[in-house]
Amino acid sequence: METKPITSSLSDVANATKARKQPGSGALGVGLEARGIHAWFGDKLVLRDISLDFWYGTVTALIGPSGCGKSTFIRTLNRMHEFIPGAAMAGEVLLNGQDIYEQGTDVTKIRLKVGMVFQKPNPFPSMTIADNVLAGLKLAQLKTENKDDLLEECLERAGLWNEVKDRLSAYGGSLSGGQQQRLCIARSLAVRPEVLLMDEPCSALDPGSTLRIEETIQHLSSSMTIIIVTHNMQQAARVSDYTGFFLSDGGPGELVEVGPTSEIFSWPKDIRTENYVTGRFG
Amino acid sequence: MSNLTLKPTKPWKRTPKQQLLIAVNLLVAAAISFVIVLVTPMKGKLAYLLLFFISTIIVNFAENYFKSGIAPAKDSIATSFVTAGLIIAVVPIFSILFTIFERGRAGLNFNLFSHDMKSNGPNDPLGQGGLLHALVGSGIMVGIALLISLPIGILTAIYLTEIKGIFSRPIKFLVQAMSGVPSIVAGLFILSAVVFPITKSSSGLMGGLALSILMIPTIARTSEEVLLLIPSDLREAGVALGGTQWRTISLIVVPAAKSGLITAIILGLARVAGETAPLILVSGGGDAVNPNPFHSPMGSLPFYIWKGFTFGTTESIARSWAGIFVLLSIIFILFIAARTLSGSEEKK
Repeated sequence: METKPITSSLSDVANATKARKQPGSGALGVGLEARGIHAWFGDKLVLRDISLDFWYGTVTALIGPSGCGKSTFIRTLNRMHEFIPGAAMAGEVLLNGQDIYEQGTDVTKIRLKVGMVFQKPNPFPSMTIADNVLAGLKLAQLKTENKDDLLEECLERAGLWNEVKDRLSAYGGSLSGGQQQRLCIARSLAVRPEVLLMDEPCSALDPGSTLRIEETIQHLSSSMTIIIVTHNMQQAARVSDYTGFFLSDGGPGELVEVGPTSEIFSWPKDIRTENYVTGRFG
Repeated sequence: MSNLTLKPTKPWKRTPKQQLLIAVNLLVAAAISFVIVLVTPMKGKLAYLLLFFISTIIVNFAENYFKSGIAPAKDSIATSFVTAGLIIAVVPIFSILFTIFERGRAGLNFNLFSHDMKSNGPNDPLGQGGLLHALVGSGIMVGIALLISLPIGILTAIYLTEIKGIFSRPIKFLVQAMSGVPSIVAGLFILSAVVFPITKSSSGLMGGLALSILMIPTIARTSEEVLLLIPSDLREAGVALGGTQWRTISLIVVPAAKSGLITAIILGLARVAGETAPLILVSGGGDAVNPNPFHSPMGSLPFYIWKGFTFGTTESIARSWAGIFVLLSIIFILFIAARTLSGSEEKK
């Protein structure tokens, strides 16, 4: 150890994570690659030149102050960005070596492979718990051998099976907020995505539910690529293998630094990252 | 005191003493207005009401001023005005309902729902003949209007809220303008565009067409409002699960808005069930039950009512009042159904 880590508590957490899982050790290859992503709303450039690799079998956390373009960035990764009127983008997103923005790409197929969990739990109100989990199959017109097995498997992986197995025909809205969010995770798992994008999945939840979701993320991370946007640096330190720090100085958001989570929280290379993770601003 | 049990109280509610005080205030105000009517040349019910209103304000103001100061006293003036406004708005409604019940009662009997006017004139005793033909005709024509308006109205709403194409603005404007079209214009339009050039005779189908012109904007606007209430989260979630836009709309958005859309349909039905003018123009009005909307004129409830009043004898007018009673009951039931359906969804 040449120097003392800048943030002792966060780096302890991150190092504990590191001990559990060496960054990249579980990685089987690049899951998703962003190449020179720019994003605009109208004439306003909100994201400049983001290039990031996301490794299969790892969790990458994206941190940064509000309005720095983290959410916009992950929405470009499954082509949800184009739903906002006036949105435009440049750059490439490679999924298995194929640019998802290539002309003639079937967007719905991309979104099946790159699933998404939203900030607010949003189970479909007209559907039961079971129907919610299997909604993706209906929406994308997929066939499955055994629906009951898939239902149990997805709820199990989302850590919700034991709590809802006796009331699968209740409406999704009858669950608590944390359970609803895990239901949404189960819902996105049912179509077997390779990548899971999570846009501040715990910001509307209490600490107990947050912990359950984090456990779920840990479980899932070995078999897929997970990208999580979070405002909670403790959470980034707890769940992620890699961390990217986004910042906007009033202009477009940029990627300041990316690296193994333990390094970002212990020995960040950039002074702005250091200021942010030590809580000196943002 | 060993077992001290707490009794739940509601300290924010009026105590019996305060309620008594309000009653005393109203009595004092009534007495004042009575005395003023006695000693001044002002006479009549209107004078009583006006004086009672003014003296209530003054008595309440005085009471609150001496008890709690100027601010609550001013507040009491606002309360008095709002209460008076409520009464002015509600009294006519109850007056109308009461009148219809009172006048319609005489003509009500079971014959109404089992007989038509094929072999009876409007001047016959009230026990003979009925409005079955009008009921059947209204049902068929409103049904035809619903069959046409339901898909067009809801698809328009989906276009405006979900697809948001380049024609959204003009269509939205058109739908709003159409909801203000006087009903007789809808009748004239069908008369000149379909009846004169093509069918050359009035029929139930023509009536249904005219009603659908009035019904489409009602359904489209109400459905649009309902669909706008569905959070965009749900649409994004559907699309993020690999659904196409159309599958997301049909599997997620429309089911989520189901109860609101049913309300929209019922409001549309209630809107056209009482329309008279277009039906007089294009559906004619038979006196016998005519179940065929494609051939020969067809009676309807509003037409039955209108015919009875224009005939002008005691019996025919009593028939009309009974018809109004039946029509209003149907509309009332529709509204209550709409309320319950949209209410039951909120609890879920």
